[in-house]
Amino acid sequence: MSAAPFGRRALTVASVEQVGAYHLLELADPDGPEPRAGQFAMLACTEEWGGGQDERPFLPRAISIARHRGGRAQFLLEAVGPGSARLCAVKEGESVWALGPLGNGFTAPAEGRSPILVGGGVGIAPLMILQDQLAGACTVLLGFRGSNHAAGAGLLTGAQVATDDGSAGHHGTVTEMLERELAGDRKAEVYACGPAGMLESVRALCERSGTPVQLALEAPMACGFGACYGCVVPRRGGGYLRVCVEGPVISGSELAAVDEHAGAPA
Amino acid sequence: MSIDFCGLKLAHPVINGSGTFDAIAAGDVFGSALRESFPFAAYVSKTITVKARAGNPPPRLWETGAGMINSIGLPNKGVDAYMRDDLPRLTGLRCAEVQDGGPPAPVPVITNVMGSTVQEISHLLGACDAAPEIEAIELNVSCPNVKTGLDIGADPAQLREVVQAVRPLTAKPLIVKLTPNTADVSLCARAAQDAGADAVSLINTLRAMALAPADGATPRTRWLGGGTGGLSGPAIRAVALAQVAAVAGAVGIPVIGMGGVQSAAHARDLLDAGATLVAVGTESFRDPAVGTRIARGLCTP
Repeated sequence: MSAAPFGRRALTVASVEQVGAYHLLELADPDGPEPRAGQFAMLACTEEWGGGQDERPFLPRAISIARHRGGRAQFLLEAVGPGSARLCAVKEGESVWALGPLGNGFTAPAEGRSPILVGGGVGIAPLMILQDQLAGACTVLLGFRGSNHAAGAGLLTGAQVATDDGSAGHHGTVTEMLERELAGDRKAEVYACGPAGMLESVRALCERSGTPVQLALEAPMACGFGACYGCVVPRRGGGYLRVCVEGPVISGSELAAVDEHAGAPA
Repeated sequence: MSIDFCGLKLAHPVINGSGTFDAIAAGDVFGSALRESFPFAAYVSKTITVKARAGNPPPRLWETGAGMINSIGLPNKGVDAYMRDDLPRLTGLRCAEVQDGGPPAPVPVITNVMGSTVQEISHLLGACDAAPEIEAIELNVSCPNVKTGLDIGADPAQLREVVQAVRPLTAKPLIVKLTPNTADVSLCARAAQDAGADAVSLINTLRAMALAPADGATPRTRWLGGGTGGLSGPAIRAVALAQVAAVAGAVGIPVIGMGGVQSAAHARDLLDAGATLVAVGTESFRDPAVGTRIARGLCTP
């Protein structure tokens, strides 16, 4: 894995595609290094970044790299605040500042363990590139609010879906599906990204069953490269971990609980 | 373009604000080439204290219009571990070229320290004085006095007393980082000068607060884990310019100006208001290479 280029670079928007409730943003990134699944980039529009709701956004936004193919990087977005709303509104040909790839990605499953990918909402993004990179059979369990969001499940292969309102797939939570999987398969390794509540349920479930789990956390960040110390989560046994450089992928064993602010938008 | 600052030779007048650029973390993220093309002419460490600090509980950040509030709480590993583990990795940095010609200039290390008593500050200054890699010391006086609860740097008399007490402990340049959260910053600057400071730097962040989103609960809770924090970014630029101009008019020692600098034009404003050096902070969160871009812009008439 090569280091991120120093300094932000202006990338041209190659395409924006609506996928249910989400926007799939594709940036031409011919000079960017190949990211590892789970890494992220700091994104900000080069024009009109600021002056929205409450005169924001100001800081760039930490966004998971959802795919990287043929010199193009993909990002999955949902408009939940002034930064993500502005990024969702970009048009083909506009440019976006990007810094990255940043952070520690997922690591391959331990010998003899089969991967289970567990995603919630827009948190399915890093599981897309993870599925590409694992390049083998894996179980994919995804949870969404309803059918409009569940359209995102088509971005992964062979996903089993749960929805809160029962409008698609299993009526219930993705952690209920994970519990059933773990009951039948004691040789799994779990990879999860999603809202904080979901991540905490997954972490606790894996701890109870002795299953290794890698959690991709999210936190508001100012920098993304270890300078500001703004994105910390409490570490098991005391102290804090910076989500940007010690994460965003953190082993469940490093955390006593997932911080309530450390998940993707619900 | 090269600058003499209290006897330190700097390649250009742009440095980082304390706590806004971690040269070690950045080297890990962006690779070792950064050591040979460092974006600042001097490297100011984050604040070092006698004992290790974990920092404040999260959340630590709040985005505002054209700025941000941070409530980080000065996490650091303590002075002994800083000297042993970090300082060796902070030496040998070379500044990115901003003008053609000449070998890349060395980047001196300025260590920022904070203590809540004269004894603590004395210990820190003694340790910095003994470390040959440290070329200057910046004293963060935005720390409550353990007895009075007032920020040491907010009261000119208290500031004079503390700086006078510790000044004889080192012959290295001593920079006092003033707090803007005071009635008249130029009185504090003059107190620092009278007590023997070699330079002053300003502005530190402005005290600020954010409430958690209203959810019907009363009383409303504060968003930041630390309760209050410090406002930085373009939102404070005009305040910084006024304070730097006031201080530069009140003292004869060099002034390091900072606050919301995003471009060479903003840096030029602070220099024209009387600053000798300009520090960049929040903008290098948005673009870590911005220091070099600003320095290059200052070289171009």
